[in-house]
Amino acid sequence: MTTPTSNIKTAKDYATDQDVRWCPGCGDYSILKQVQSVLADEGVKTEDTVFISGIGCSSRFPYYMNTYGIHSIHGRAPALVSGLRSVRPDLSVWMITGDGDSLSIGGNHLIHILRRNFDVNILLFNNEIYGLTKGQYSPTSPSGQISKSTPMGSIDHPFNPLALCLGADATFVARAMDRDPKQLRSILAAANNHKGTSLVEIYQNCNVFNDGAFFVYTEKQSKPQSTLFLEHGEPLVFGEGNTKGIKLDGFKPIIVDLEADGVLKDELWIHDKHDQVKALMLTRFFDDNQNAENALPRPFGIFYETQRGTYEDALHEQLKHAREIKGEGDLDKLLAGTNTWEIN
Amino acid sequence: MEKTLELKKEVTILFAGDSGDGIQLTGNQFTNTNALFGNDVSTFPNFPAEIRAPQGTVAGVSGFQLNFGSLDLFSPGDMADVLVVMNAAALKANIGNLKTGGTIIANSSGFDKKNLRLAGYGDENPLQARSLDKYRVHEIDVTKLTRSALVDSGLGTKEIDRSKNMFVLGFLYWMYSRSLETTIKFIQNKFKGKQHLIDANVKVLKAGYHYGDTSETFTSRYDVKPADLPKGTYRNVMGNQATALGIVAAAHRSNMQLLYASYPITPASDILHELARHKNFGVKTFQAEDEIAAAGAAIGASFGGALAVTASSGPGIALKTEAIGLAVMLELPMVIVNVQRGGPSTGLPTKTEQSDLFQALYGRNGEAQVVVISAHSPSHCFDAVYEACRIAVEHMTPVIFLSDGYMANGSEPWAFPKSSDLKPIKPKFAKPLENVEEKYLPYLRDEKLVREWAIPGTKTLEHRVGGLEKEKDTGNVSYDPENHEHMVKTRAAKIAKIADYIPQQTLAAGEMDGDVLVLGWGSTYGAIKTAVNELIAEGYKVAHAHLTYINPMPNNIEEVLKSFKKIIIPELNDAQMVNIIRSKFLLPAIPYNKIQGLPFTIQEIKAKVLEILNA
Ligand SMILES: Cc1ncc(C[n+]2csc(CCOP(=O)(O)OP(=O)(O)O)c2C)c(N)n1
Ligand code: SF4
Ligand SMILES: [Mg+2]
Repeated sequence: MTTPTSNIKTAKDYATDQDVRWCPGCGDYSILKQVQSVLADEGVKTEDTVFISGIGCSSRFPYYMNTYGIHSIHGRAPALVSGLRSVRPDLSVWMITGDGDSLSIGGNHLIHILRRNFDVNILLFNNEIYGLTKGQYSPTSPSGQISKSTPMGSIDHPFNPLALCLGADATFVARAMDRDPKQLRSILAAANNHKGTSLVEIYQNCNVFNDGAFFVYTEKQSKPQSTLFLEHGEPLVFGEGNTKGIKLDGFKPIIVDLEADGVLKDELWIHDKHDQVKALMLTRFFDDNQNAENALPRPFGIFYETQRGTYEDALHEQLKHAREIKGEGDLDKLLAGTNTWEIN
Repeated sequence: MEKTLELKKEVTILFAGDSGDGIQLTGNQFTNTNALFGNDVSTFPNFPAEIRAPQGTVAGVSGFQLNFGSLDLFSPGDMADVLVVMNAAALKANIGNLKTGGTIIANSSGFDKKNLRLAGYGDENPLQARSLDKYRVHEIDVTKLTRSALVDSGLGTKEIDRSKNMFVLGFLYWMYSRSLETTIKFIQNKFKGKQHLIDANVKVLKAGYHYGDTSETFTSRYDVKPADLPKGTYRNVMGNQATALGIVAAAHRSNMQLLYASYPITPASDILHELARHKNFGVKTFQAEDEIAAAGAAIGASFGGALAVTASSGPGIALKTEAIGLAVMLELPMVIVNVQRGGPSTGLPTKTEQSDLFQALYGRNGEAQVVVISAHSPSHCFDAVYEACRIAVEHMTPVIFLSDGYMANGSEPWAFPKSSDLKPIKPKFAKPLENVEEKYLPYLRDEKLVREWAIPGTKTLEHRVGGLEKEKDTGNVSYDPENHEHMVKTRAAKIAKIADYIPQQTLAAGEMDGDVLVLGWGSTYGAIKTAVNELIAEGYKVAHAHLTYINPMPNNIEEVLKSFKKIIIPELNDAQMVNIIRSKFLLPAIPYNKIQGLPFTIQEIKAKVLEILNA
């Protein structure tokens, strides 16, 4: 979904004059910055770009982008995107949503936009909390989470967002984090270049209501051990100095120590982003407790990517076909119908 | 044998049978033939709520009422002159709607032991009982006659029985001296490529016709001369169909793309079905995952510069509420079609009601006025929805278009317009700024208080809209108290101002300064107009005014209302419009309400007006 550039722009050209109102230290700032610089790098035209969001802290995003934008209603951004793309396939459309927005109130719309495969980049800001409403647990909060509405701990079982999205036949599924800007930019650029719905889950720190929810993945001390960066065609390696790897034992992923176990890199699981079954297995690397023995690291990067026709292309094709077989519609003929009579 | 020919001015026929008996098809065919012949027609289909209610039971009875005549007709008629019943249950469900002295044509094989029991008649066959003495009863063994007509067809009994309705239709064509041509054409079209089915159906149709000729029981035939309708070219049209055509016409005349987003629901789905057939007009239909998504998709399309329409009924409109509020805030055009049905909740899905008026006017959070326009008859759906689109686009506002089950499924002749005669629709798309340093102000307004439509893809007009309150002119988020009040008042004033761009209220019947004004809205039009015309003919000083523009109302409405001594407002709800009129104009308007899922009869309206006149 790239739009050719006319004159060179910088990240600043994508910012508006509105004060950004997120709490100081909020992970949303970093994501905003990376999106602006990716749009600049990709040479996306501001006038041909639309950001559509739902409601939540994250959904304020469009106000800060010097493009066209709609801050819509809670959970329904996919609906607006579907309507817009149906009539304006020429535009570059981005959708901004939160974990509550897209997985609670808007869960229905999310799965439907994924199966229809409208060409849009969906950025799902997952902070495992309801930020805007001041700290209730969300559908991605781990069970046991203490929040304003769960003083004794949440008894809900959380969603695994990427497994859900793959289950809905998403054609591009990736995970990134607010605190790794470089990785985030590369994933955003890939999402932008994918034709079809690109879903990028972004771990975002809400430092006010859920501070540190992802520190185990984002902070220096634990990051190497607990995260796995997926690169197409490369073996699954992680750990300090990439000394650990993942091998498949039948359908069971096992962690091997490259040095101690003497396993060669080409014996490891080689990431193939076009393999849906393996992508699904990767989404199931979802251990809550990274300190547990044999806890699988949390994967980041592009889990899955495939080409499937978009809804708007199919819609356009049907209209074209209808015109080919029936000819351009003649309104007077349509109004007259098949049986008329004269009264003189 | 000699048969006599009797002249009739107006006939009401009620077809009834199992939902599998092809009643709607029979009714529609008979209607089309009469319409093409030149009669005025008005129809009222009555469906059972369940698609496949148990066969032979009263719950499974489907009905189709048709009024045709040489007069100007506005309603499908109160009571039937002729009742055609395919089984005992159909008789049981409809006998109360037959005029004393009326004719019953009954398929006798639908009155066997099993059918009698299912209909709750016990062992006694009502066709033979004294209770039907006040009617003329004709029994025809349609099943048997159909089977013998097709004995050599090679078709199975099940298939043969499916063409029973053609026998009835053929017989009625004989009885009313009509040609078989329209229906033969229809059969040829419907079964294209299946010659054996074409032959079979045509054969049965003709068998029914000849049966009338040869049977000794029927001695008189009837003739209903063409009606004296205004000059013009006519077609027959159903309300939902007219709504669909009006939407296509509006998109065409405004040179805009159309997105019609909807989620299936009775009785609105037929609009979606009709529109989905017209992709060669550039019509894009989107069957969304629910009504919220449909309304959201409409807003997205509208932001992109398309004519956006979403439709539903009852519970589906409730789901769209929040999105309509957003469209009010964004000040984007959008048409919301509500084909009303009996409520609350799932209510009476296949029956008609006018109980969503308050919902249309007030059913949103916050101060969120929208335009409300109502159609009053099947063909009027075209004009009214076209107006809804025009106002939405030219005044940058959501417009709720009200129809209902009665007019949506009813049909009447329509002197359809030429496309070139349709009022132009002019969207006000914003042009790129000449001075790039300038900042675009998306909420600047013109003399109508309308903002421009700045669509993505236009250079220099990048801007953000959203559900948060906006600062005047800039559209930036604003929590300023004075600004909020100003914006609420301005959005309301924009709607009120539309009154300057719509026609004045006229009278549908009668003259100003009378004793009683019957004020209506929606599909009560036909019954009210006929009742009032009859009263006028009887010498009473009564009149009929019918509202198409409900919000805002025409500028002269108060003057019209105040020129009558009394106002009565018949509605198929528990008093909604009457409360609006009372509170708006402090007038003691009198309510007259019916909440049975059924339209008013002419007699009901007449009796009520007489009661008020004599009070
Ligand atoms: C219909 C509706 N219900 C509830 C709300 C209140 N509400 C606003 S945002 C929100 C949750 C937002 O959570 P999330 O999507 O995770 O976004 P975050 O603030 O965490 O970025 C809720 C419940 C609303 N605005 N609209
Ligand atoms: S509440 Fe949390 S998510 Fe919202 S702006 Fe503040 S830090 Fe960010
Ligand atoms: Mg959240």
